[in-house]
Amino acid sequence: MASDTSQTTPVLQMSGIRKQFPAVLALDDVGFRLLPGEIHALLGENGAGKSTLIKIATGVYEADAGQIRLGGVPVRLDSPTAAQRAGISTVYQEVNLCPNLSVAENILLGREPVRAGRIRWRELRRQAAELVARFGLDIDVTEPLDRYPLAVQQLVAIVRAVAVDVKILILDEPTSSLDRDEVARLFDVMRRLRDHGVAICFVTHFLDQIYEVCDRMTVLRGGRVVGEHPVAELDQVGLVRLMIGKDLAALDELASHVREPSGDPLLAARGTGRRGAIEPFDLDVRPGEVVGLAGLLGSGRTELARLLFGADAADSGTVSVGGEPATLHSPTDAIERGIAFCSENRKTEGLIPELTIRENIILALQASRGWTRPIPPARRDALVAEYIKVLDIRPADPDVAAGSLSGGNQQKLLLARWLITRPRLLILDEPTRGIDVGAKAEIQKLVVSLSEEGMAMVFISAELEEVLRLSHTVGVLRDRRLIARLAGGPDLTSDRIMTTIAGEVAA
Amino acid sequence: MNSPSPSAPSRRPWSRESLFKAASHRLFWPAVMLVALMLVNLPSTPGYFSVGMRHGHLYGSLINILIFTSPHILVGVGLTLVIATAGIDLSVGAVAAIAGTAACWWVVRAPDQNAAATAMAAAGIGLAAGLACGLWNGFFVARMGIQPIVATLTLMVAGRGVAQLIGNGQIITVNSSSYALIGGWWGPLPSGILIAAAVVAATILLTRRTALGLLIESVGGNAEAARLAGVRARRIKLIVYVFCGLCAAIAGLMLSSNTSSADANNSGLWYELDGILAVVLGGTSLSGGRFHLGGTVLGALVIGTLNNTLFALGVPAQSNLVFEGAVVIIVCLLQSPVFRARFVAWRRRIPVGVAAARAASAEPRAPRVTGDPSGPADVPGAPAAPTTTEVSG
Amino acid sequence: MTAPAVPSAPARAGRRLASVMDSKQLPVYVTATLFVLMFAGGASRYQNQNFLSGQVVANLFIDNSYLLVAAVGATFVMLSGGIDLSIGSVIGFTTMLTATLVQKDHWPLWLVAPLALAVGAAGGALMGYVIHEFEIQPFIVTLAGLFLFRGLCEVINKESIQITDHGVTRLALFQIPLPGGTFLSIGAVLSLAVLAVAVFSLHHTRFGRRVYALGGSEQSALLMGVPVGRTKIAVYTVSGLCSAFAGLLFTLYIQSGDPLHALGLELDAIAAVVIGGTLLTGGSGYVIGTLLGVLVLGLVKTMISFEGTLSSWWTKIATGVLLLAFILLQRVLGRRR
Repeated sequence: MASDTSQTTPVLQMSGIRKQFPAVLALDDVGFRLLPGEIHALLGENGAGKSTLIKIATGVYEADAGQIRLGGVPVRLDSPTAAQRAGISTVYQEVNLCPNLSVAENILLGREPVRAGRIRWRELRRQAAELVARFGLDIDVTEPLDRYPLAVQQLVAIVRAVAVDVKILILDEPTSSLDRDEVARLFDVMRRLRDHGVAICFVTHFLDQIYEVCDRMTVLRGGRVVGEHPVAELDQVGLVRLMIGKDLAALDELASHVREPSGDPLLAARGTGRRGAIEPFDLDVRPGEVVGLAGLLGSGRTELARLLFGADAADSGTVSVGGEPATLHSPTDAIERGIAFCSENRKTEGLIPELTIRENIILALQASRGWTRPIPPARRDALVAEYIKVLDIRPADPDVAAGSLSGGNQQKLLLARWLITRPRLLILDEPTRGIDVGAKAEIQKLVVSLSEEGMAMVFISAELEEVLRLSHTVGVLRDRRLIARLAGGPDLTSDRIMTTIAGEVAA
Repeated sequence: MNSPSPSAPSRRPWSRESLFKAASHRLFWPAVMLVALMLVNLPSTPGYFSVGMRHGHLYGSLINILIFTSPHILVGVGLTLVIATAGIDLSVGAVAAIAGTAACWWVVRAPDQNAAATAMAAAGIGLAAGLACGLWNGFFVARMGIQPIVATLTLMVAGRGVAQLIGNGQIITVNSSSYALIGGWWGPLPSGILIAAAVVAATILLTRRTALGLLIESVGGNAEAARLAGVRARRIKLIVYVFCGLCAAIAGLMLSSNTSSADANNSGLWYELDGILAVVLGGTSLSGGRFHLGGTVLGALVIGTLNNTLFALGVPAQSNLVFEGAVVIIVCLLQSPVFRARFVAWRRRIPVGVAAARAASAEPRAPRVTGDPSGPADVPGAPAAPTTTEVSG
Repeated sequence: MTAPAVPSAPARAGRRLASVMDSKQLPVYVTATLFVLMFAGGASRYQNQNFLSGQVVANLFIDNSYLLVAAVGATFVMLSGGIDLSIGSVIGFTTMLTATLVQKDHWPLWLVAPLALAVGAAGGALMGYVIHEFEIQPFIVTLAGLFLFRGLCEVINKESIQITDHGVTRLALFQIPLPGGTFLSIGAVLSLAVLAVAVFSLHHTRFGRRVYALGGSEQSALLMGVPVGRTKIAVYTVSGLCSAFAGLLFTLYIQSGDPLHALGLELDAIAAVVIGGTLLTGGSGYVIGTLLGVLVLGLVKTMISFEGTLSSWWTKIATGVLLLAFILLQRVLGRRR
């Protein structure tokens, strides 16, 4: 490991990168260096600019400003093909291969050995088997790709990526769906490649893995680089603080909840879990209580919330609502019991973009009544107008198409949709993400006042201050497991949560 | 030169701005086409727009068009709801044939062919057949999750065989004054117009007075969001397929009553294609979401007028299909965002990418989820990666 | 890693069976089994009518040669994840074009045939271009193609034209003798040749693998550097070409041109492809399966005619039922995997 990295020519250097989108500045003067023969972690929460930077490096986007140099030579990457030709190979999280073709075909698609137009199958199989063996993989290359688990498919994608002489390999969240052994095998392959001089950019959010296999790391936050360090020089707590923390002194005081929640839990989950999504957990939510879920991206917060709403069906454990056991196999089941869920993917899971604000707001309430009992127009319009006013949705015209609203207003629209159903338990997944400061404050105030009125809530946010400010109890998640339930109050600081996430303090 | 600034309100009613705005309304081009087609008739048929009375019945070119178009309107209405849920029903022509054949089968067997009860029972049987077909389609699409094209294709193929089975391979002719009444004249108007109008009105009431319309549009607009909002998508889909089957059955009854016979082979031939065309012309997108019943009626009228005009002009009937094919392509090109972006770019000499980006940001539709390469998009409002498209077939 | 011990024979057979059940070729085996069962059933039922003869099997190939070629073209399109509704219309158009040029204008067949093929291919290419460039659903574009070709067919001539040209008649009646006293028509042989070319193309050329890749995942194919646009256009061109060739074979078979020829044949072609095991979503299937699908459908027709008392519309019902059954089978198999 070179201790003086400034002398080696970076194989990839991005400098002064700037990317503006209509609503937000995604990257602001970002620089990124990838040296030959290293494994370099790229970290950052959602909204930090990580994906945008990767897309620029792989030619999907073009930067508004800044320069990209490969081996010191400035280049222009205006398409994925251009990036590939420049020697940047990428393996995506969804493994962009063709599952219906065999392993060998996937590896050599487009480069099959031919003689007079006819594919030489034996030679193809031989080449593929050889490549695969070089990585220490023991698989039958003639089998269709989808016969193998995702972990193997990812390795095959890597084999394809490096089958051509590659200098830079970008791995985008490759370990999200792998178990321990599969991750170990992947790291083995990565180390082999590194030792051959390949530069690997490893995009991930799993802290352990960074410390296990990476040489250096770059941390993005709010569209800026907040740190570039050799892994050995930054410990986990420091890393977590870089990613989501603030100066302790700058933290606001906790808003004081007037009433402490008490009484029997409204919702009690015992051993509830779903294979591949979240390990079995126990959780209680009492009326008027705000349970915050804290954890890094990918720690399983959304998966947990979805189980509570029936958006996904749990395959273990029990849930009881209001004291009675309940099976939550579909959103309809949950809504019937007074549970509401505001998804973090507003566009794909929340709004119906071509319908109007009015129609979007009224949808959940109407759906719960069935199609034969329409809400009388006068009452409907009054309700809609009321919520538009209370939440200050702009434009205040209920006939505007929902898709044209800004992010903040879309979020408020979704809130209106669920509040109108007067739920007993409201689950909010990243309700303040990508919203301007004013709207953020409004939503936070709303959360407090709703809990005062006795609504139980589950609140998920990547911003620790927010979670602390609003929660009575904080559930801490890490790597798809609920590892701690901490009681709120003046003793609960973001520092403590961060160290819990980082694993240095037992739950 | 006193050119009005874009923000200043225009004084003249037909200013460029208001015309441009009208032109982008989805019914503009179909309406223009309809009027143009009608006007084309004027030189050769001076009395085109006149409607007269003969033997107590209204007659005229316009009436003829309405008579011809009524069954198409019926089928189109049913198809509109199905298409709004992002589905499709290819079997409507076959279902119409089955319904007509089943009804005539009953009439022929009835003790008194002319009795009103016979006609009513026959109509009931025809409707029941349509209901059964709708349930069949709905079951496979909603419960079994089979692609709508495929599920309804099987009934399309087998359906005419079933109709022939009922009719024993022959064209069933009936001699029933009461049955003929269904497709005959009700006072001055042909029954077809009245039935079609009634069904259209009933559908509008059904979808807009109840919450059915909203739920249908939500299922088609964003199926996952609708599911998470508690909409029972399966039930909604089943309902629309059953409704479509019923509409096709009514059309089939009208057709067979009109001719006092049931022809399993030719009854309702090409109706599914004409129906889809009418729906698309009327502004309902094939990918589901907002539907426009009035637009479908307009689309059906355009097709009917087109056929009528070609016939009146002496164009051989065979060429109709060519024209219809051309119309389909032109309409779909006009609706394709890619085509429009290219056209705008060509007209205004701006790069295609910019035109497309402008169009994408202006459109309220969310970009199709294409599995962004780097995980969930972390920037709200960011355009989707421009290189990928969904496969559909 | 230690070498695994050699398994015993029953275990090997068991594993063989398991691998067959699990393999992608299972649907083809199912169709083949269905064919054999149907044939056996027919043989036992129609013993007196000489069902179990070589010529009956040969007739299957003769009578369905045009459907085979059309279905082969449809297979290319459906493997890539698309659909082609214009097949029947292109066939009808080709018969009309051929009949008109040969019978009325007395053009030689060797001039007319390439012209017809070129028109079919051009039509397919145009449809593929519109589908890819403007991102319009294949269903709608090929539907427009259906209208256009059927219309053009009627524009050329609205009545049926019998072909009495000697050259054509001689070709049509020519018999290629096979061992066992059976014979095949030229059409049958040509259709098998087309099948062979298709098998080679799909399984031994880069183009064929691109078709499969496209059907497996268009997005992935794009990211892997597959020229998606060119492949799509090529696939529809092939389908147009095959439809035109099927039209020529049909003309030979029926020796006339008629605007109503091959009405709805695209549905039979699609049914044959699905029954042959190709997934409607694309990416999976074998063109040999299409041959079996065509044979199954042909056998249905044959058995119905042998039955004598059943009318021909049972063919339609049987086709629909088979189609449904195989789609459900695809679904069940797909879920298990």
